[in-house]
Order: sequence, then structure tokens, then C-alpha cells
Amino acid sequence: MKVWHFSEMAYHPGWEELGSSLRNVVPSRVYDPEVGADLYHRYLDEWALCDELGLNIMVNEHHTTATCTTSVCTIPMAILARETKKARLLCLGMPIANRMDAVRVAEEYAMIDVISRGRLEMGFVKGAPFEVSPANSNPATLMERFWEAHDLILKALTTHDGPFNWEGQHFQYRQVNVWPRPYQQPHPPVWMTVASPGSAAEGGARGHVIASLNTGYLRTPDIFESYRKAAAGAGREATRDRFAYLAIVGVGETDEEGKRRAHQILDYSRTTPRAAAQFWFPPGYTANEVTAQKLYNRSPLMIPLRDGGEFEMQTGTVDEFVNAGVAFAGNPDTVFEQIKEFNEHVGGLGHLLMMGQGGHISHEDTVGNLTLFSQEVLPRLAAL
Amino acid sequence: MEKFELAGVSLDVEVLGAGPPLLYLHPEHYGQLHAPFVARLAESWTVYAPRHPGFDGRRPPADFRQVGDIAYLYLDLLGRLGLDSAAVLGASFGGWVALEMAVREPARLAALSLIAPLGVKLGGRDDRDFADLSALPDDEAAGCLFVGTPPDLGTFTEAELIAVARDRQFLAYYGWKPYLHNPSLARWLHRVTAPVHLIWGEADRFVAPGLGEGLASRLLAGRLDLVPGAGHYPQIERLDATIAALAAGPCAGVGG
Repeated sequence: MKVWHFSEMAYHPGWEELGSSLRNVVPSRVYDPEVGADLYHRYLDEWALCDELGLNIMVNEHHTTATCTTSVCTIPMAILARETKKARLLCLGMPIANRMDAVRVAEEYAMIDVISRGRLEMGFVKGAPFEVSPANSNPATLMERFWEAHDLILKALTTHDGPFNWEGQHFQYRQVNVWPRPYQQPHPPVWMTVASPGSAAEGGARGHVIASLNTGYLRTPDIFESYRKAAAGAGREATRDRFAYLAIVGVGETDEEGKRRAHQILDYSRTTPRAAAQFWFPPGYTANEVTAQKLYNRSPLMIPLRDGGEFEMQTGTVDEFVNAGVAFAGNPDTVFEQIKEFNEHVGGLGHLLMMGQGGHISHEDTVGNLTLFSQEVLPRLAAL
Repeated sequence: MEKFELAGVSLDVEVLGAGPPLLYLHPEHYGQLHAPFVARLAESWTVYAPRHPGFDGRRPPADFRQVGDIAYLYLDLLGRLGLDSAAVLGASFGGWVALEMAVREPARLAALSLIAPLGVKLGGRDDRDFADLSALPDDEAAGCLFVGTPPDLGTFTEAELIAVARDRQFLAYYGWKPYLHNPSLARWLHRVTAPVHLIWGEADRFVAPGLGEGLASRLLAGRLDLVPGAGHYPQIERLDATIAALAAGPCAGVGG
């Protein structure tokens, strides 16, 4: 099992002032660029440390939010492509239905792949519903734009004999000819985020790596099984390295220290729902039958516990998140056993996307978390 | 309900009432709340009320994405119905469709009544001619559309709620970007030769009545009537006053 360290580069100093809404409509006067600069350098340092610790690196992007100041995922990746030597670099990812220039995406990915000498992993993501508004992308046609961008980017990265023509529904170019060509052949590995059996099947049919984000103990097995079925239907083998899972990880010398770290990082999960209600269901983004249920009944986001019951995402405790399979927390033995159990429960996991930093956790605690994990847990995961 | 196949598109057209023909083009939201209005129209006109592609629950063809496509479809429909010179009533999104029909084939439209039509932006790039409903909290968005108590979604049936979601989906499908307008429509408004009667809720905060004044001044025979005590849907909030305005407008004078 490979492990990837993930952070959203949160601007947590603004959280208290912004209250219940951290996304879309929050004024940037809350953001202090001097504090922000220190945070950017701190988070980049923590990723750079991963290169020494044997961990790989994952970045994502969100927009107009104090929860995540990575507004362009390829910018930290471009820095890390030069600053690191061994770690693989996962952008998970690029919201390709919201990026109106798909060829530019191919160019950015190709440059990073070459600079890093072939260490890039290319993520293509649908993007969260509240990302529609900042991009002003049409939510009613989002997935058809996603797949057209996907096809165009892969063709752009694998065509090496001069320009080709692309006049599609959403993207039009008459001379697509991307330089540089990628370092990895035929192209860097493709990852997709998934949140349902339906999206997992799309990944399975194409053989891409799927990353299930915080889908927990109860929902993840069906998602992975859907991938396996679709892969088999397409004549592909669904090897373990096709399956990734994102969880919050807090490790300490004691269970108490690990839980304390996880508790702080979990403010990532607790702040995720803090977006104004109207941004959760853009028209056509979700099936109308689902949206219809939420038009007047905006209940809080709930997470199911493995033995029945559920808890509110915005206020959950470490123990609840651990029970739900969304967090792994405790001393190294505890954390290893939790991951091992989850791995068996879902039928084999190739990648653990470890949120090792989030919320208000300090730099020292983040370094402690990553270092202890790499020394005490990572070697044992290699055997899984 | 009559069914038509026009240019590869399936179309359901409700036909009701008696009197001179009137093509009624529905707005974007709350189909069932417009039923009393359509019933009142049917007391004076033979109403032809197509359900716009997509809003009708069918996926439009892949190359059918513009409001102009709906306009051509309904011009074809007028031909199929044998209506050479028709009175057309369009509300909001339906008003946009009617304007797109009118600039394409002005002679085919004898009279136009438009209730707070979308489709034409007259403000500058920093101006919101149309309130960004999907970015507003629910109560503020409802306050843009209704001056009185907005519809209580809690009383809607499951099918009606799904229709609300679908209507929003297809308003986005046709009108997300540029937002609810065709940037070149304003420059061709002089082609509309029919008399155009604009009816606007005085308290419309989705599309402010000021846009109606601008539209009226750009049309050869444009006139604007404000309906007091109404937001964006005077036909729901002030039904009698809206019917009275229509009865005194150009659509009333078009014979069958």
C-alpha cells in the first residue's frame, strides 16, 4: 500500500471570523497575505518533508474558500516537482469540467511530469457542487463537459505527430499540439475521485485509479465492488493499485496523542459542510430526484456509524469518525490495526490518501504525525 | 394534449379553450401554479401551450441547446398548426423564446404580450440585469420572484418537487452562460414589427421593471404596463389584473 500526504492548505485563521459560511461568498479582506504567505511556505515544507519520509504527495484545489487556499493545484505541484526527488505527485485534482481551457490542463500536467522526471499522477475530478459558482460552469451539462475534457486531454498528451483538430460540444481547437510531451508513456496515470457506485463504474470501465473520499466503512465496499464489476465487464483486471481511499490520520506516541492530532485535523471534515445552503445543489448537478428531496428540507450532513446510527459531520468526535471509517487515530499499533481492518473490509486498498494536516494542527504536530507514521506504520503497510 | 414531431423533437402541446388562437410560452418555474392563469386564458382564447424541450422531462437532442432552437421549433409548430399570423404570449423564459421568434420571422407574429421577459441584457458588464437566483439564500431568491408569500415547497408533491428541480436544470441548460440572455438579441429588436405589450410586476426583483422600460423604448410598438402588488409572476400573484391587462393588449385584437 502506498501512502500519500494530503493537506488543503487551509486558511484557518479566518474560520472563527467567518462563522457558518466558509465558502463562495466570504470576503477576501479576511485573508491576511502575510499570514497566508507563512502558511503556504509551512504547508510546502511539510510536503517537502514527505520526500525524506518515504511518503508521496497529494494536492487538490478549491475556490473562493478559507478551507483550502490551493486554488490552482498545479502551482504547489510545480514547486514540489523541483523541490522533491522521490515522492510521486498526485493532483487530485483538476476539476476539468470547470476549467474552460482543457489544452492548458494538458500543458500544465505535461510540464510537471517532465520537470519531476515522470512522477506525476493526473487526477480528473468532477468538483464539489459549491465549485460550480466560482467557475460559472454550467451545472446542467457538467458531466458531458467532464468526459469531453477527459478525452481531449488524453488525446492531447498522446498525440506526437503534430496538430489535430477538435471541434466538440464544449471545447474547440483547430491546432492541438501540446509541448512538452509527457515524460511517462503513454501518459501519467489517471485518477478519478468517486463518491458513488455509479461514478466508480465509470472509472472501472476505463481502468483509471479511483479515489473514494471519506466514504467510510459502510459505503466504500459497494463503491469498490462496482468498480470491479465494470472493470470485468470491460475485460480489465481490477488490481489493488486501482483503489485509493482518503482518510484523516492522526498518529501519536500514545492513543491520546494520536487522537488529539486527529481531533485537530478533523476540523477539515467539520468545516466542509460550512457552505451556504444554496451552493449545495446547483441546477442539474445532481439527479433531479435527489435534488427534489433537498429543496426545502436542508438537513445537516450526516455520517453513518458502522454499527448503526449516524452523527453530524460538523460536530463529530474522533471516536465517531474512527467508528465510521473516516479517520484512523491512535498510537502506531492502533492505527495500523485500523487501516488493516479497513483494507480487508473493502477488499484491498492500493493507496491510502492520508490527510496528515488539517484544521488548526500546528507545524510541529504535523511533522510529528508524518514522521511517526512513516517510521512506525508505513513499513507495516508495505506488506498489505 | 396533442403530440407533435418537429425536426426530430417530440413536443407535447396542451390545447384548451375557445376563441382566437394564442400561443402561450410558459416561464421557467412552478408549472402547476400557472394552471389557474392558463385556465383563465382559455376563457378568451384557444390556447396552444407547448412544454419546452427538457422542461417536459425529455432530454433535448445534443445539438438543441439554444433558446433560438426553441424559437425555430415553435415557428415550425405555428406552421404545423396553420397559424400564419399568430398572437404570442410569453412569460419570463417563454418571453425570451417569443422575442427570439419575433426577430427571426417578424411577419409570423401578429401581436406579442410579454410578461417580464428574460433574454435581453441592457445593463453594463458589472450590472446584474437578472438576479443570480442560484447564488442567493432560498428566502432571498423567493423574495426576488414574489412580493407576497412565496410558494411553500413543503406542500408540493414529490412529482412537483422533481419538476422544480428539472425546471431549474433546464433553465441552466439554456441560460447559464451568458446568464439568461442572448448578447446579440438587443441589437435586432427593431426587427419586431408586431405591437409588443410588456407586462411587469411592479415589485419584480428578479428582472427589475427598469429593463421593461428599456425594452419598450427599443421596440417599434412597445408599451409597458406595471402590475402593482406583484413580483416576477403577476399571473400568479395578481391574476385578475394580469388577465385584464392582457385583455386590453394587442393579443386581444388578433382574430382567428
